[in-house]
Amino acid sequence: MTQATANNVSLSWYEASARQRIDALLDAGSFAEFIGPELREISPHLSIFDLPEQFDDGIVIGSGRLDGAPVFVAAQEGRFMGGAFGEVHGAKLTGLLRASRALHQDVLILFDTGGVRLQEANAGELAIAEVMRAVIEARRAGINVVGLIGGRAGCYGGGSLIAGTCSRLIISEQGRLSVSGPEVIETNKGIEEFDSHDRALVWRTMGGKHRYLIGGADTFVDDEALAFRQAAIDALQAGRRCDLAVLQAEQVRLERRLKRFGETEDAVEIWRTLGIGNPTDIPALQTGAFLRAASGRENADDAR
Amino acid sequence: MEKLSFRLSATRPAGGTRPQAIVGVVASGNLEVLLERSLPPDICTIDIATAAHGFGMVWDAVVRDFVARRSAGGLHISVNDGGARPDTVALRLAQGVRKIEEPER
Repeated sequence: MTQATANNVSLSWYEASARQRIDALLDAGSFAEFIGPELREISPHLSIFDLPEQFDDGIVIGSGRLDGAPVFVAAQEGRFMGGAFGEVHGAKLTGLLRASRALHQDVLILFDTGGVRLQEANAGELAIAEVMRAVIEARRAGINVVGLIGGRAGCYGGGSLIAGTCSRLIISEQGRLSVSGPEVIETNKGIEEFDSHDRALVWRTMGGKHRYLIGGADTFVDDEALAFRQAAIDALQAGRRCDLAVLQAEQVRLERRLKRFGETEDAVEIWRTLGIGNPTDIPALQTGAFLRAASGRENADDAR
Repeated sequence: MEKLSFRLSATRPAGGTRPQAIVGVVASGNLEVLLERSLPPDICTIDIATAAHGFGMVWDAVVRDFVARRSAGGLHISVNDGGARPDTVALRLAQGVRKIEEPER
């Protein structure tokens, strides 16, 4: 049996590549890739647009061990086409999730994506739907599907919908989680609605701290691979159900949240309503102080 | 895409025993390099797909310099380029031969 040791080096999750994240997350030397770059399963669409291809189509999938336990893992490469879902990229994740159900093995999804790849939009949209179905089918069979969010591209568009189906979400301050990205909102609703160049506004609206405070993510961690690793180990212990009772409870929670915060104009107002004494200090707080300040946050009940 | 292929004789075989290694990502100003140990030890082939057209002579100079200075014999190298500068290309190629030398775990 592989010894359950981490690659004990400090690594910024935000800065790391998909392959570096997998190496740092799993037990040292335990990762075995499926459909690796040498098989050249590249996008069938990008060449039509004369665009560069990547041999793994921007996602690395495989199996490994996490603290000794066998897991499947998928990591998106946010720097290749914004980590976006195309046909092959999505099919690799769908196949991994179906395998997880067949082999009864938990899955970790390392999100780093802007959503669907526009050059292969139909295939990408279908892939998102297939992945969501595969996540739910795996969860119904008792599999944990844990999402980790802290990459450069954030987790947007269809990627955020998939994240919404996960059993647990781990997020760092740098991780952003939202259906529409800043530029999309500004383009469609105007700069008065959302100024995508206002970085502070983007982070306090979509960033990890806010998502954690409103119950959109379960665990808040430092931008550090070992922190993500420990949170993932803990998340797999949780063993959540996915049934009607859980979803009904989630519906009640979301209705209550909408009632409580629906009229607010800005995240800071929400934080004040949550009982945080100095809400404008939240963005500057270190992790320990932030978690103490967040003690009255909206609960996250793993259904989202 | 412009496709370029080079077949060069190499004086030093690649170190280590790993069958393959990959470094880099395809992004603006960046590239990925896939190295596969699949050739006789005195040959190195490099296949390049690049988004920047018309730089064949620069690639020629960079890959010849790489094979002359590094242990690249026996490697079939495939490059997907997103318009990287020559120094970035040289760096990734050097990282690649270093990575395939690493002991297998």
